[in-house]
Amino acid sequence: MQSIVSSYHLCLPPPPPVLRHRLICQSLPPIRLPSRRSPTSLRLFPCAVSRESEMAAAAKEDGQDPRIPKIASSIRVIPDFPKPGIMFQDITTLLLDTEAFKDTIDIFVERYKGKGISVVAGVEARGFIFGPPIALAIGAKFVPMRKPKKLPGKVISEEYSLEYGTDKIEMHVGAVEPGERAIIIDDLIATGGTLAAAIRLLERVGVKIVECACVIELPELNGREKLGEAPLFILVTSDAA
Amino acid sequence: MSRNKQEEDPRINGIKTKIRVVPDFPKKGIMFQDITTVLLDPKAFKDTIDLFVERYRDKNISVVAGIEARGFLFGPPIALAIGAKFVPLRKPKKLPGETIFEEYELEYGNDRLEMHVGAVEAGDRALVVDDLIATGGTLCAAINLLERVGAEVVECACVIELPELKGRQRLKGKPLCMLVEYR
Repeated sequence: MQSIVSSYHLCLPPPPPVLRHRLICQSLPPIRLPSRRSPTSLRLFPCAVSRESEMAAAAKEDGQDPRIPKIASSIRVIPDFPKPGIMFQDITTLLLDTEAFKDTIDIFVERYKGKGISVVAGVEARGFIFGPPIALAIGAKFVPMRKPKKLPGKVISEEYSLEYGTDKIEMHVGAVEPGERAIIIDDLIATGGTLAAAIRLLERVGVKIVECACVIELPELNGREKLGEAPLFILVTSDAA
Repeated sequence: MSRNKQEEDPRINGIKTKIRVVPDFPKKGIMFQDITTVLLDPKAFKDTIDLFVERYRDKNISVVAGIEARGFLFGPPIALAIGAKFVPLRKPKKLPGETIFEEYELEYGNDRLEMHVGAVEAGDRALVVDDLIATGGTLCAAINLLERVGAEVVECACVIELPELKGRQRLKGKPLCMLVEYR
């Protein structure tokens, strides 16, 4: 079991053999950026999540973005948090690595700049860490999506399922306008419940979701399937357990 | 004579006009300072960050500590621009690793602020960021956390101050930089 207390200024200990961060920086043709896949990745992500007609656009298999390995290795895994059996993906160690944090933001900014995106929506609370720097760099507004009763003033809310019970996320009325183009940011996609609720909230007010973007995906939890037509862009994948 | 309030900068008024005041939230009598409307205006948001970055970029700040959750909106952009690490200070049980905590008083009862062990090192020069300073209780807890691990708190930075609540006096002598006052 790897030690929970890590030394931040040294390289993080290698993850235990059952858990591996797979390094992937994937582009999807609708945004018209070259597609890069990790040559070592064992799973090829199906591009078919997007139903855009430009699926056939050339994908340059020129290897992965060289910034990704450092980003992946800066993420700390904490076993049995918040409960036994869960391997928690801790991005706070990424935030302590100034180069890795900057690279993370740069990759997203390079992807979304100049694409007519006027809204970056970020899910409380870790989406608040990654969303605003991206929004600032691409000239978009930032819209926080919050747990109930945090946003003052008029809100609309959307319910989503948890393992036991439900929760809600809320957005301010009037924060976004019909016809705006949005990306939704969170640190990680697991089951996809929160992101799916965020998509529904924005679509209810007439916003087009260009893409969902997360640093980490836990692909075994199939969160991608909950996103409907919205594509998903991620930097790093990890086994859930 | 140093001024902690950037009152002559022409960008300040643009930011101030974007802050929305919501009466009676979270309860009757409170005039809530809503900064989400600043975030909806890319120029106002950028100006807010730029004002802080211009102030801190040459001060050798190695840590920006942001207080959950609205401190997470302003802290990371500042940290990225000045090349500092970002350290989230969170409510209990949110941070997954080993943490230290500091208690602080609420109107009724107490709450706790937590920080990861090892995130901040002795000798780090730190900035504490939140959207607003009211009574100063949370900021004081943040200062305590950072000082306990041997960091030097250089300044606290907030977009808004409610000066009548005298939070400035609760910062253990640390200076406060704010952009907008609300009386």
